[in-house]
Amino acid sequence: MKILVPVKRVVDFNVKIRVKPDGSGVDLANVKMAINPFDEIALEEALRLKEAGKAKEVLIVSIGPAQAADTIRHAMALGADRGLHIKTDAMVEPLAVAKILKTVTLAEQPGLIILGKQAIDDDCNQTGQMLAALLGWGQGTYASQIVIGDGTAEVTREVDGGLQTLTLKLPAVVTTDLRLNVPRYATLPNIMQARKKPLIAKTPEDFAVDVTPRLKILNTAPPPARKAGIKLASVAELITKLKDEAGVI
Amino acid sequence: MAVLLLAEVSNGLLDEATARALTAAKALNEPVHILVAQEVAEAASKQAAQLDGVAKVLLAEDALYAHGLAEPLAALIVRQADDYSAILAAATTFGKNVLPRVAALLDVMQISEIIKVKAPDVFERPIYAGNATLTVQSTDAKKVITVRAAAFQPAGKGPLAPIEKIAAMTVPELSRFKYETITKSERPELGAAKIVISGGRGLQSAENFKNLIEPIANELGAAIGASRAAVDAGFAPNNWQVGQTGKIVAPDLYIAVGISGAIQHLAGMKDAKIIVAINKDEEAPIFQVADYGLVGDLFNILPELNEALAKLGRTAK
Repeated sequence: MKILVPVKRVVDFNVKIRVKPDGSGVDLANVKMAINPFDEIALEEALRLKEAGKAKEVLIVSIGPAQAADTIRHAMALGADRGLHIKTDAMVEPLAVAKILKTVTLAEQPGLIILGKQAIDDDCNQTGQMLAALLGWGQGTYASQIVIGDGTAEVTREVDGGLQTLTLKLPAVVTTDLRLNVPRYATLPNIMQARKKPLIAKTPEDFAVDVTPRLKILNTAPPPARKAGIKLASVAELITKLKDEAGVI
Repeated sequence: MAVLLLAEVSNGLLDEATARALTAAKALNEPVHILVAQEVAEAASKQAAQLDGVAKVLLAEDALYAHGLAEPLAALIVRQADDYSAILAAATTFGKNVLPRVAALLDVMQISEIIKVKAPDVFERPIYAGNATLTVQSTDAKKVITVRAAAFQPAGKGPLAPIEKIAAMTVPELSRFKYETITKSERPELGAAKIVISGGRGLQSAENFKNLIEPIANELGAAIGASRAAVDAGFAPNNWQVGQTGKIVAPDLYIAVGISGAIQHLAGMKDAKIIVAINKDEEAPIFQVADYGLVGDLFNILPELNEALAKLGRTAK
C-alpha cells in the first residue's frame, strides 16, 4: 500500500504573527516557517505504518511557493520516499487543494491518505473531509489511533464527548489530532540523503484545477486586545474581587 | 429561499451549540429550517421546534444517523440542498466533520468558525489561533458555514414550529461505528458552562486534578478544562483540552491554574468575560490576559480557594 501525505508550509507555531497596519493581511516577511504540526504528525504515522510493514511507500505532496520544496525535503529527511511540489504563489483555498489532491490521488492510487486536521494558519479544518467527499471515500477525522486491518482501517477519533472508534473501508482519508504520535527529528545523514530523493515539480494548471479564491478577503484585523489586569495578594482578595467587583461568583 | 441548520443531538437531546448556531443562522435574514437526523430524535426535534426563529424542523430518523457519521449525513444534506441558500452547523467536532464534506459535494468553499455575521454573504472568522480576524465575502451562490458557538448567545424559546418527517438517504457503507468512550460527567459542558476552571502542566498529575481542581469545580458548578500539556501528559482526557484546536470557550469566569498561557491556549479562552490566573511564575504570559492574577504555589492556593468558596456557600449560578 502507498500512503499519500499532503503537507502545508505554515508560519512556525511559536511565532506570534503581526497584522499589517493597513489591514491587507498578515505580515509574513522574514517570519520563520515550518511544516504544519498536524501534517508532521500525519507523516510520522505514515512512516510508522511503513516501518511496521503495513505500507510500502510514503509520498509527500505540497501546494505552495518555491520554498514549499524545503518542506518536502524536510519530510523526505524524516523518511518519506518521494515528493511532489505543486508550485504556486497564489493562496489556494481548501476546496481547490482538495481538487488538486483528488487528481494526484487518481494518478497515484494510494491505499490511504493521512493529513493534518487543520492548518494552523487559516484554521479551516476542511481539506481532508473535502478530499474524502470528492473521492467518494470514507473519512476518519481527528485521529488519535490508526490500526490497519485487512482492507480496513480502525480509526479512533477525538470528539467533543470523548473518543469514537470507526472502521473505515480502505482506501480512505484520515486526519490527525495531537495525540496520534510524537514526530521524530531528522538526522544529519538523512538530511543529506533526502537531497537525492525524487522531487517532481508541477503547477495547478497541470491539474486543470481553477484555484481562483471563492472567499474574498475584505479585511484582516488584530483581535481586540485584553487589558492586562492586576495581581492580587491573597485568596481572600480574589474572592472579594470576583464577588463584588466582577459579580461572577 | 431558506437556510438549513444541522442540529447536533447528544444523549437524545439537542446540544446547546445548536441553539447558539441558530442565532447566527437567523442573522442571514431568511427562514431557518433545522435538520435533526438521528436514530431516535423525537425529543430533540421537539426541542428544536420550540426554538425562537425556527420556521420548520426536518426530522430524519434512521439508524444510519445514530453515530453522527459524516458520509450518510452529508449525502442527506446534499439531497435537501436545492431548497436552501445556506447550510450551517455549529463548529463542534460533529459539525466540523460533516460540513466540509457537504461543501465539497456542492462545490462550495466553506466559511469555517464564523464569529460574526456582517451581511448575509460577509462574515468574520479568526485565523492564526485568533491572532487575526478575517472579514470574508463569499462569492459562492450557496453558503456552507460552521459557527463558533461560543461567539453567539443561544436562541430562546419561540412559537412551536411544524416538524416534517423526511426519508433517510441510503449510501454505500464507507465507515462503520465500532464503539465509543464517552467521558461521563455531572458537571456542565465545557462549551456551555458559565464558569470554567482549567489546569495545566503545573498540576503535575491526574490525582491533583481530582483532588485540587474537582472540589472547586463542584463548589462553583464549573466545567473543567485543561491545557494541551496537561492532556498530552495524561493528567486530563482529550475532550477537556481548551485551545486553538481543542474547545473554544467564552464563559463568564475562566480560572487558569498552572497554565503558562501559550498562544494556542489563549486562542481557546481569551473571550472569557473574567480571567483569573494562578501561577507560580509571575512572568507567565497568562498574566497578560488575566483580569486577576495570583502569583504563588497552586498547591497552597487551591485548598485555600476551595475552603473560602465553601464558606461563601456558593453553588452553581
